[in-house]
Amino acid sequence: MYWKNYTSLPKQFRNERVFDGCGISGYMNIDGKRENGKKIIDMITILNDRENGLGAGFAAYGIYPEHHDCYALHFLFDDEPSKSNVLDYLMDVGFIVQSEAIPTKIPPNVDNPPITWRTFFHPQEKKNLSEDEQVLQIVMNINENFEGAFVMSSGKNMGVFKGNGWSHEIAEFYKIQEYKANMWLAHSRFPTNTPGWWGGAHPFNLLNTCVVHNGEITSYGTNKRYLESFGYKCTLHTDTEVIAYLFDLLCRKHEMPIEISSIALAPPLFKEIERFEKNYKIALKNIRATYRSAMLNGPFSIVVGLANPIPTMIGLTDRKKLRPLVIGVSEDDNTIYMSSEEASFRRLMLDPNINFALKEVWHPKSGTAIVATMGRGLSRNGLEKPLEKIELTIEGDN
Amino acid sequence: MSISHSIAPYYKVMIERDSCKKCKRCTTHCSYGALSYNGERIIADNSKCVACQRCVIMCPAGAIHIIKNESFLPPHGNYTRRIRNAIWAQSGNGGVLLSAAGNDREIRSIFDDLLLDACQVTNPSIDPLRETIETKIFFGRKPSKIDFKRDTMNPNKICLKTEFMPNFEVDMPIMVGHMSLGSISYNAAMAIYQACKELNILAGSGEGGLHPDFYEFGSNIITEVASGRFGVDINYLHNAAGIEIKIGQGAKPGHGGHLPGEKVNSLISQTRMIPKGSDALSPYPHHDVYSIEDLAQLIAALKEATRYKVPIGVKIAAVHNSAPIAVGIVRGGADFLTLDGFRGGTGAAPRIIRDHAGIPIELAIAAVDERLRKENLRDEITLVAGGSIRYSADLIKAIALGADVAMCSMPVLIAMGCRVCQQCFRGLCSWGIATQQEYLVKRLDVDVARNRIINLFHSWNEELKEVLGAMGIDSVESLRSNRDRLRYIGPNPKIAEILGVKHAGE
Repeated sequence: MYWKNYTSLPKQFRNERVFDGCGISGYMNIDGKRENGKKIIDMITILNDRENGLGAGFAAYGIYPEHHDCYALHFLFDDEPSKSNVLDYLMDVGFIVQSEAIPTKIPPNVDNPPITWRTFFHPQEKKNLSEDEQVLQIVMNINENFEGAFVMSSGKNMGVFKGNGWSHEIAEFYKIQEYKANMWLAHSRFPTNTPGWWGGAHPFNLLNTCVVHNGEITSYGTNKRYLESFGYKCTLHTDTEVIAYLFDLLCRKHEMPIEISSIALAPPLFKEIERFEKNYKIALKNIRATYRSAMLNGPFSIVVGLANPIPTMIGLTDRKKLRPLVIGVSEDDNTIYMSSEEASFRRLMLDPNINFALKEVWHPKSGTAIVATMGRGLSRNGLEKPLEKIELTIEGDN
Repeated sequence: MSISHSIAPYYKVMIERDSCKKCKRCTTHCSYGALSYNGERIIADNSKCVACQRCVIMCPAGAIHIIKNESFLPPHGNYTRRIRNAIWAQSGNGGVLLSAAGNDREIRSIFDDLLLDACQVTNPSIDPLRETIETKIFFGRKPSKIDFKRDTMNPNKICLKTEFMPNFEVDMPIMVGHMSLGSISYNAAMAIYQACKELNILAGSGEGGLHPDFYEFGSNIITEVASGRFGVDINYLHNAAGIEIKIGQGAKPGHGGHLPGEKVNSLISQTRMIPKGSDALSPYPHHDVYSIEDLAQLIAALKEATRYKVPIGVKIAAVHNSAPIAVGIVRGGADFLTLDGFRGGTGAAPRIIRDHAGIPIELAIAAVDERLRKENLRDEITLVAGGSIRYSADLIKAIALGADVAMCSMPVLIAMGCRVCQQCFRGLCSWGIATQQEYLVKRLDVDVARNRIINLFHSWNEELKEVLGAMGIDSVESLRSNRDRLRYIGPNPKIAEILGVKHAGE
């Protein structure tokens, strides 16, 4: 592990963006049953060809049931003064329900580890600003303006644990095995042109949205400038950040159904759209026209976790499927697995302590979302045409 | 003019006497009267030559060469030949000097100082010959968001709530700029409109009205409502894919259109609804638009008149204050905004304005795009940028800086045969493009010209796809405003700062 660069990139690298190749994994229990981190650790660590020890992380949903209505802010701090600055600021803008260190296992030879901290927080009530919007602004402000502080995650009843090291080291450092979650995401990383920093590891989070990403967004400049006009600040020097913000913008702010927002991000080709019937054609064309700056270009596969209104896990690849993604469903239909490679699933099969068997394993189509929702199950399997199974009507149109 | 104040001509016509067959073909082809036959041989009046190359191409013996008349002035780095000529001309005629085409001063092009990015290793590039790369765009206003409502009983039922404004689909992010019938000939206009229909792209009508013969191309034409209101009637408004209110033009910011009376024959007089032979000088401002709220009213009036069926836009010349003006225009209800840079072309403009007013389009795109984003308006409108888009590289860079569509005219004229002699305002175009004289107009073969325009834009679009593929982008909307894929190599870091582009190597 690298015991430096916790909350920001080293100065000489700040003008650069991090390009990386990665392993991604995730799973969700449809019935909401919480499981410890053992499985997700196995799933991600087996993909060690996809990492080089320069960053890994985990996102866990449903880990703080006792504080489920508070925003769980996960922090990395360089030192005590940075921590007290942020906590003072939080007390100015809201209420801290509980504040404590995130338990870690620091190797004996480390002098200057980061301070890992979590705060359960409520913003002040404001008439013209929703709680989510306030927390978003607070997070953006801390990450942009507070030296020595970094917010890893800011959702409710969930948290992100990440750092600069191999995935097995990060898992051990944060004691991932001890958390119980109903949805897990994990990431391991192979960055190519910077030494990596703790905050720059995945998952990227904003409120309840978490993204793990393998690939490179060639439309980054377009997406970034689009998001900036909605008040998002892209300060983390990586393209994954824009994916998290785009999901936040489309799913939360624009209240768009997941089936539609995944189309906005990876839309069908115009020649395919022409083959649709009237309502669908109108909808698809206007989604492309209106959200032309939200479209993600370049190679990517992502797994996204959302928690509002219902916990949801989404898998998506680019329109040409230049990065891998494979899906598996457990025999009892209760658990949906996603990973860069099938090796993750096979690793679990080798474990004599868990009775692991998959009913089906498949590769989703390019640019087609896989959607699993807690309580409902798999609503889209990644093999459908855009808007298949959706009955689309247009208001005022008979 | 006294003989002691005459000036040596710019060009010299060289005739190879041994090769000349004395067929006199050149004398009929020279529309500027520079060549004649004196009974023994062809003689040239060099002072009348504009280097249009017509005689050079038409001479069956290849005996004519036009060369630059180099060695006539004592050198002076400050009082250049250009400046001395202007002084001589003005002290001779006492008038405002006219000019045509775009600003021809040798000012460094910012486009040429920008370099494009390409993929290596970490992301794969895309081969446009093997995979789909899309260049379609939507011309018109978009909502800021689309509202969907999921049925509470049946989650698979989704209702689309947003009402959409008219948008025109074009197959390439390219548009032919506004050249009026009057500034260009009937044949030139016909070739342009036919080509645009074939390519499914848009062409501007200019401010000279729309001849009834062109109504059939209306679905590919943006008609222009300018301060002179020439040719504006209900047919004109209803036979268009969109309507543009022309406030200004890059070649002459602050001026209205100029069409010299020499070019107003009966065809032009009918289409423009003005008397034959009269100068068509549009008022400098619109006399019903003295402020932004007046403009908003005119936009609303045009929307009413067209029953909200087509996008209504506004064209402004790129000037220092373009960014806030653009915001006002968008808030005033415009569906698209056209920016025309200081190198933009013209059929006739005062030279002082053409050469010295306005700002480069690159800076204007960057400033307007940035300002519209700050006000969260950018994605709602279509931004068209022109003012010297010379070839596909300029087009690609204009889009990467923030334009939706690049608009160009001069390359279209050159494709049809223009040699850029910059004499359009005289109506004597020997190639039949910028003239109304029937014997000259006939020289332009509509089918040939049309096909050459189609070829030109087809090749530009293929080059656009090649660049997108190299950047690992499979649709042009992901290039728009993607300044991250540009780098600056020019001498002035301030320009890079305004463009929001990093220096090469960063």
